[in-house]
Amino acid sequence: MAVLLIAEHDNKSLKDSTSKAMTAAIALGGPVDILVAGHSVRSVADSAAKIAGASKVLLADDPQYAHQLAENMAALILELSGKYDAILTPASPSGKNYMPRVAAALDVAQISEIVSVDAADTFTRPVYAGNAMQQVQVPSGTKRVITVRPTAFKAAELNGTAAIETIGAAKGPGTSEFVREELSKSERPELAGARVVVSGGRGMQSGENFHLLEKVADRLKAAVGASRAAVDAGFVPNDYQVGQTGKIVAPELYIAVGISGAIQHLAGMKDSKVIVAINKDEEAPIFQVADYGLVADLFKAVPELDEELKKQGY
Amino acid sequence: MKVLVAIKRVVDYNVKIRVKADQTGVDLANVKMSMNPFDEIGVEEAIRLKEKGVVTEIVAVSVGPKETQETIRTALAMGADRGILVNTGSQDVEPLTVAKILSAIAKAEGPQLVILGKQAIDDDCNQTGQMLAQLLGWPQGTFASKVVVEGDKAEVTREVDGGLQTVRLTLPAIVTTDLRLNEPRYASLPNIMKAKKKSIDEKTPADFGVDAAPRLKVLKVSEPAKRKGGTKVKSVQELVEKLKNEAGVI
Ligand SMILES: Cc1cc2nc3c(=O)[nH]c(=O)nc-3n(C[C@H](O)[C@H](O)[C@H](O)COP(=O)(O)OP(=O)(O)OC[C@H]3O[C@@H](n4cnc5c(N)ncnc54)[C@H](O)[C@@H]3O)c2cc1C
Repeated sequence: MAVLLIAEHDNKSLKDSTSKAMTAAIALGGPVDILVAGHSVRSVADSAAKIAGASKVLLADDPQYAHQLAENMAALILELSGKYDAILTPASPSGKNYMPRVAAALDVAQISEIVSVDAADTFTRPVYAGNAMQQVQVPSGTKRVITVRPTAFKAAELNGTAAIETIGAAKGPGTSEFVREELSKSERPELAGARVVVSGGRGMQSGENFHLLEKVADRLKAAVGASRAAVDAGFVPNDYQVGQTGKIVAPELYIAVGISGAIQHLAGMKDSKVIVAINKDEEAPIFQVADYGLVADLFKAVPELDEELKKQGY
Repeated sequence: MKVLVAIKRVVDYNVKIRVKADQTGVDLANVKMSMNPFDEIGVEEAIRLKEKGVVTEIVAVSVGPKETQETIRTALAMGADRGILVNTGSQDVEPLTVAKILSAIAKAEGPQLVILGKQAIDDDCNQTGQMLAQLLGWPQGTFASKVVVEGDKAEVTREVDGGLQTVRLTLPAIVTTDLRLNEPRYASLPNIMKAKKKSIDEKTPADFGVDAAPRLKVLKVSEPAKRKGGTKVKSVQELVEKLKNEAGVI
């Protein structure tokens, strides 16, 4: 089965989600080509060529792919689609944006956010905010169009040496254009791939108070996340949101502070290896999933945690 | 200009669902159903565009069982002008099917904008709007946190990885809503009464020449792996000690 994996990147670096989705692609059992579409992305293609299991890297380097506009991405993928039996990409905001267009044009059902490849035609995916797992089978002879939940797959090794083949741009419809972007700058690790995540909820009370969490995060080299309530209240930017409709994370350690543990939040973090909850309400549902729960006022506990970590040399 | 808003009837977001013992699906008997929260945001956005004088008519469309009438009534009570129900009976429908039906309706109605929720909180697919955009050959502004319509363009600010991205779309276009786009209103009692008189057209997928049979075969629906949580620590010191020596994660 010939497989096309579309790389996730920001024109500068390849995201880990790509090598994780590669593991799903390999499980389908075919030669896997990786498509890198972007602008000035030679170095991204070089990184993609190192992903073990890649047969070749297709490089579409053109200004029209600089912002991954869905209309243009779909047009390019569709032009390449004839040769492939399966097309995959990480279930990132970008992949979620263009991939259904590809599926619709190919007249196939897309399989969103798979968490396992059970057979070359059978996949499992979460539904109802991860409160049920649905196993689906694709009818024989149809192309598979899939988005992959990166946290559910181990990253492929980076010792490959695939060849890079430059391909031309496809003609986009020209009905959409990029205007601007406002990206939050942070020196901290990215939420999606961080080893440790410290998240705050409504209990934080303000954006300023997130500094308490940032101090702890910096000691643990952690990313900072949030609940929807904290984002809606304007404490932190939208891309901090962890949950069913935000980011899905599965770090080694997730520390939830002043978060009650609504199902929509749990959907985004319950696959973390170790969960810590700090909440003053001992009945808060977050404690049901926490490996270590601390019933305490966060304004006392978080500074204490910072002190204790400092004392221990973190 | 005319706007179509697509709405879906789903299990209410507050309900903790149960998987059926025979693993054929989720138990929906006697469960509270509501409009998908992202679709409420879509209806609200259409109403605000109408209040601004950009939009003249709002048509609320839903694909689902007969009971979906109620969901459409809710949209009408919020402020939509009329409804279309495409009755699929007890058949589960996939996003591609819904997109095909919506595409046929869009061709017949000629809206300049179709607004959908970015994802339904039952199947969590996040596909229908994008599929519809492709089928119609229209541009899309997904995961919208701001929509500004000016002349024949819509400027849509989108929630993306790392922040916000703004795109300019040539109308007609598709918008899918994210949580921060607006806060939907509640329908007032007088408006609920008025909504009873608004019309809802009933159709079937066959009226649009669409075969509603699903493409994917659901082999089973099972419970997710359970976490074994619930352990408490007494102090921050104990917490740090456990994270270090017991869990080994710091
Ligand atoms: C369609 C839809 C999608 C959604 N998607 C998401 C999503 O992706 N992610 C998400 O997170 N939510 C999502 N939600 C929202 C979700 O239902 C909850 O409303 C939200 O997660 C609550 O956030 P919270 O826990 O911060 O706030 P609350 O539920 O208000 O909890 C605050 C907690 O802080 C504790 N607290 C307060 N003060 C202190 C203190 N001084 N010390 C210690 N503890 C304190 C309280 O005891 C309480 O438990 C979604 C909802 C809908 C309808």
